[in-house]
Amino acid sequence: MTEAKAKLLKQRYNAEKRFKLYGQIAIALALMFLTLFMYKIFSKGYTAFQKTWIQTEVHYDRDLMLIEGTNPTLQELEEADYFDVAYKAMTRLDPSLPEELDRQLIQMVSYAYEKEVKELLLKNPDYLGKIVPIRLTASDDLDQVHKGNYPRDIPEEDRRVNNYQLKIYDMLNERGDIKSTFNFSFFTNPDSREAELAGIASSFMGTVFSILVCLIFSFPIAVLAAIYLEEFAPKNKFTDFIEVNINNLAAVPSIVFGLLGLGVLLAVFHLPRSTPLVGGITLSLMTLPTIIIAARASLKAVPPSIREAALAMGASNMQTTMHHTVPLSMPGTLSGTIIGLAQALGETAPLILIGMVAFVNTIPGTPVDPAASLPVQIYIWSESAERGFVEKVSACIMVLLAFLILMNLAAQVVRHKFEKKWS
Amino acid sequence: MNKITARDVNVFYGSKQALFDISINIQEKEVTALIGPSGCGKSTFLRCMNRMNDVIDICRVEGSIKMDDLELNSNKLDVVRLRENVGMVFQKPNPFPKTIYENIAYGPTIHGLAQSKEEMDQIVETSLKKAALWNEVKDRLDEIGTGLSGGQQQRLCIARAISVSPEVILMDEPCSALDPIATAQIEELIDDLKKEHTIVIVTHSMSQAARVSQKTGFFHLGKLIEFGETEKIFKNPDNQQTQDYITGRFG
Amino acid sequence: MNLVLISLILLLGFSSYFFGRKKALVIQSSQRLTALPKFYGYYLSIWCAVPALIIFALWSIFEPSIVKNLILSDYDGQILNKNELQLTYTKIKALALGNYSGNITNFLDNSANKYLQIKGIADNAKIVIILSILIFSLSYAYKSIQKNNRMREPVEIFLKWLLFTASLAAVLVTIGIVFSLLFEAIRFFQAVQFFDFIFGTHWYPAKTFVRDGQPDPELLKDAFGAVPLFAGTFFIAFIAMCVAIPIGLLSGIYLSEYSGRNVRKYAKPIIEILAGIPTVVYGFFAALTVGPFVKEIGNAMGFEVSAESALAAGAVMGVMIIPFISSLSDDVITAVPQNLRDGSYAMGATKSETIKKVIFPAALPGIVGSILLAVSRAVGETMIVVMASGLAANLTINPLESTSTITAQIVVTLIGDQQFGDPKTQSAFALGITLFLVTLFLNVIALSVVKKYREKYD
Repeated sequence: MTEAKAKLLKQRYNAEKRFKLYGQIAIALALMFLTLFMYKIFSKGYTAFQKTWIQTEVHYDRDLMLIEGTNPTLQELEEADYFDVAYKAMTRLDPSLPEELDRQLIQMVSYAYEKEVKELLLKNPDYLGKIVPIRLTASDDLDQVHKGNYPRDIPEEDRRVNNYQLKIYDMLNERGDIKSTFNFSFFTNPDSREAELAGIASSFMGTVFSILVCLIFSFPIAVLAAIYLEEFAPKNKFTDFIEVNINNLAAVPSIVFGLLGLGVLLAVFHLPRSTPLVGGITLSLMTLPTIIIAARASLKAVPPSIREAALAMGASNMQTTMHHTVPLSMPGTLSGTIIGLAQALGETAPLILIGMVAFVNTIPGTPVDPAASLPVQIYIWSESAERGFVEKVSACIMVLLAFLILMNLAAQVVRHKFEKKWS
Repeated sequence: MNKITARDVNVFYGSKQALFDISINIQEKEVTALIGPSGCGKSTFLRCMNRMNDVIDICRVEGSIKMDDLELNSNKLDVVRLRENVGMVFQKPNPFPKTIYENIAYGPTIHGLAQSKEEMDQIVETSLKKAALWNEVKDRLDEIGTGLSGGQQQRLCIARAISVSPEVILMDEPCSALDPIATAQIEELIDDLKKEHTIVIVTHSMSQAARVSQKTGFFHLGKLIEFGETEKIFKNPDNQQTQDYITGRFG
Repeated sequence: MNLVLISLILLLGFSSYFFGRKKALVIQSSQRLTALPKFYGYYLSIWCAVPALIIFALWSIFEPSIVKNLILSDYDGQILNKNELQLTYTKIKALALGNYSGNITNFLDNSANKYLQIKGIADNAKIVIILSILIFSLSYAYKSIQKNNRMREPVEIFLKWLLFTASLAAVLVTIGIVFSLLFEAIRFFQAVQFFDFIFGTHWYPAKTFVRDGQPDPELLKDAFGAVPLFAGTFFIAFIAMCVAIPIGLLSGIYLSEYSGRNVRKYAKPIIEILAGIPTVVYGFFAALTVGPFVKEIGNAMGFEVSAESALAAGAVMGVMIIPFISSLSDDVITAVPQNLRDGSYAMGATKSETIKKVIFPAALPGIVGSILLAVSRAVGETMIVVMASGLAANLTINPLESTSTITAQIVVTLIGDQQFGDPKTQSAFALGITLFLVTLFLNVIALSVVKKYREKYD
């Protein structure tokens, strides 16, 4: 072998090694993005599942509450004045409290602290006149300090918690009066302007309703359409036209569906704005092509031998299809439907356009109550500057991702467990 | 002179054994035919000689296959160089979806055999001439190779194999996808090529083996049943099984 | 009243099933049935409910506009524009229903009375017509049963039509999209010149915002130039492709040609996860982490970087698109026949040479198709841009600046006060139809390229 030949060979082998390496780097990069991404979300979000409370005592003083008589009714308790009682519950934390700093002390608990004081009494009317321990939700700033998300060693003007508040915080913490528990209210509270009170209950229900509406509207129509196209449609230009339409729709950007919802559902049909009903219908228009394509693939996969056996028994085309082909294709169809719904679940832009982005601080009870959805909630919260919301957004993302993972797993289970293997 | 010597070659696909203790000598500048019923391992053995079995994950080759004292079944062997020297023509013609010129030029390009365009043109012309295709395509070298007829495509593949001047050409049922006229053309070509190349051809057509080869090996169920002069194998084989196959009792 | 009618129809339809089936059992005693008794039930039920429901639906769709036209024909003499007419009609309806608390003029009063009159007649007519339809169709169907006609075939024909109608849904949706977009877009182009829209370089709709009345046409001319948006859209898509194509292609090639079975089994689904993450989550990540990071790095290197740079948005969008290209390339490359690979290996080519010189060129149309689909995806992407890139249209080729896209502007335009007569709102639809056409164009080309490629190897 000549020297030139040997050299060429070496070059070729080096090129081979390099090429393989590029491929590995590419995959590693893709995996790295995913890992980095997951890490960021989790590290910022896990603290949202922890709620910070300040432990103190409250004296339900009748006089301060402006209650007459010794046995007030629930109604009277409802209408009593809790301001002073609550105020005192906080100020007793610092007996040496200078007058002008009382605002700052109060700001260490949530905006809703007065309501919390009231609620405790309404749940336990026998507390009236007594001094009882009470836990008050910490403000979102204090909550972040307790979780270590706020740096303490920057100048006071740059901080959201000032020196006095930090002093009180440290004192209370040492005494054990700063409590941390699992943040159930994240799951049970609706949205709120106050980060410490904000929860995903309203957007969760909004998502649930939208997906249900989406399912109800898209599944029957899509499956019927798929059956027609796969089993009964004649091979002509019109059928081709329908198929072209379906393939195109599957690739139309989701925001166009939002415009459709806005222009038709709201402007023409005057359906109620900002509701999961409209959101669900808009989503169903998007999911329709996905389910049709999945259902058709499943129908196609049923072996012709089954069809032939049924026909040979004297069944009509319709009976063959409905009694045999369709039931056998159901696992694949359902699996594809679940995946389609999972995609719809993550959609944001179309829902914003039809108004499911308003600030909703009640939990929707029906699909015609205004609501947001989980992805829209993520969008709304991420636009809020406060630190407390960063944590909430990340946690909400975790919930959304969990939801998606569950749905994808369900789709896999449905496919593998119930599908018959045509070997 | 032995060109290729195989000793105790065993080939496994996963846990299933496909070849059992194959020992054979391939003479140089001669046509050796490998015959036998479907699935008897002859293609598998053919592919051992240019290490094409490497392409199949689960295939494992044991034993010794030597070409001119070079051990082919060794991890240290440079497979790329081997294949420059041992060409292969496949059952189904597989020209690249490139022009006729580019198809032939592919081998010389990657192996750096031509220093200039003129040299490459020369190689292309020579290869096509040797494959008896030049006259038919010389005016349309920049047409796509896949546009030729079946027989022409196979000759194109042969020309491509020749373009790097291999010492050995392996042919895996090269005519089974072709019509009788194309088959006859290729057989004529093989007869011509043996003057400069050692040829091993796998074929399921006994008449073809009888026509083109000087030596024949009969394979059955992964074993080499008999190997010898073609005339002997077909006229009076030593082994009863060989006799049965030749006379058509099975396979 | 509508509710009562619908319930009546549905109830009748439901009960006629049992009625029909019973009749079949009666017939059975004297004659051979042409189908199972249940089909007799279905037959009666379908004939009962379906015609009535169809008439009901048609009536409900067309009645409101007919009534409206009748009432508003009185106002033909007056010079009122569309909005004012609509407002007047709303007032008339409200007055008629007793919900009006404003100023009652003679005109309004007369119209309201007329409305009540017409509506009364219409409602009565509706009930009469539907009831008669019910009676006619029921008796026709019943006679058919008595004559013991074939029962299963008509039912199956009906079912087939039902299936057919369902399949029209996709077509209807497309028509819906085209019309709803077109309608508003046309109105937009009545206020703003098409030329100014397509070629104008200044997009600033906010400055046309006027509380009442019509915006100044002069202002309109210079506020809806969409060129910065087109540029921004394709610029960010370009950045995304710069990230997605190398990583996506190389990983697709590696997965299909180099990786062992195990690596492929695990790596492929994991990369697919990138495609399943909702885009709003990507947007958040881009805004919170990538944007500031890019800004820091850029500043450290001495550049002026926006916190909402096109680079940040484009890069994150690219990551999102990686699995599209990776998966599709993987499929396309795997589809190249093994025969071709064998031919190349037998020539003594290395794996990378085979990939670069034989497989990739053979798979190229399929890969190009998948890239076009990915570009289409990038162009249509909304949330990442809304959250991570600027909301102000800025014509630039500097990736460190912030810029906006068609999709982001649609969101921005529609998220505030919306009035349907306002050019600002209508501009969103004009943008929408542009987007729809561009992605349609890309998709059609991509699909035809992939189709031609498939034909070569089937």
